[in-house]
Amino acid sequence: MPKTETTVPEVQPKAAAEPTTPMAVLAPAMGWIIPGAGHFIQKKWGRGLLLMFAVGLMFVLGLAMGGKIYKANTGDLLDMLGFVGDAGAGGLYVFSRMMDLGATAIAFATADYGTKFIVIAGLLNVMSMVDAYHIAMGRKK
Amino acid sequence: MTLAALFSTTLQLSHFSAAVICAFCASIVFGITQRNAGREMLHYGAYCFAYFVGGLFLAGWIMWLIHH
Repeated sequence: MPKTETTVPEVQPKAAAEPTTPMAVLAPAMGWIIPGAGHFIQKKWGRGLLLMFAVGLMFVLGLAMGGKIYKANTGDLLDMLGFVGDAGAGGLYVFSRMMDLGATAIAFATADYGTKFIVIAGLLNVMSMVDAYHIAMGRKK
Repeated sequence: MTLAALFSTTLQLSHFSAAVICAFCASIVFGITQRNAGREMLHYGAYCFAYFVGGLFLAGWIMWLIHH
């Protein structure tokens, strides 16, 4: 029986872990508290302003449309996910809770759109936080 | 005027206008976060917006066909 060659799989060297810089922690945290601020502290003024505008507009329009602000809960799964989305807006969410803004129940169609606007604003802010982190880590210019 | 009073009057938007505003804001964020260079960001944002609005019309026509 002829000998068959066995190939040893090449071991890929592990990529060196990127060192976490203070900016990599600060930028997403600032971006969570104030949408766009994660870009501002890295001198990305234009991007930060546009992100602040987009997230802020969605959140404010959501409130103006009578949208509901979800509170931390352990009830319905959709309510829990709604809270996770809302909380992504960070400072805007905390401020609106402090000022008791937003409806407590969704009574009409426009309020339903508003509720979705607030959740989407939070999720878009999470995307901008991740972007601020990538810039801080040097993965993006 | 307090903030709560400011938001006491409800803004009435149609489903279409709400969806277009949502598409506009989402496209800005997508454009900035998903591309590296300024021009690419603009192109990708416009691309996303066009697809959002195109999808909106498509979904509208599909719902109209289902209804009729």
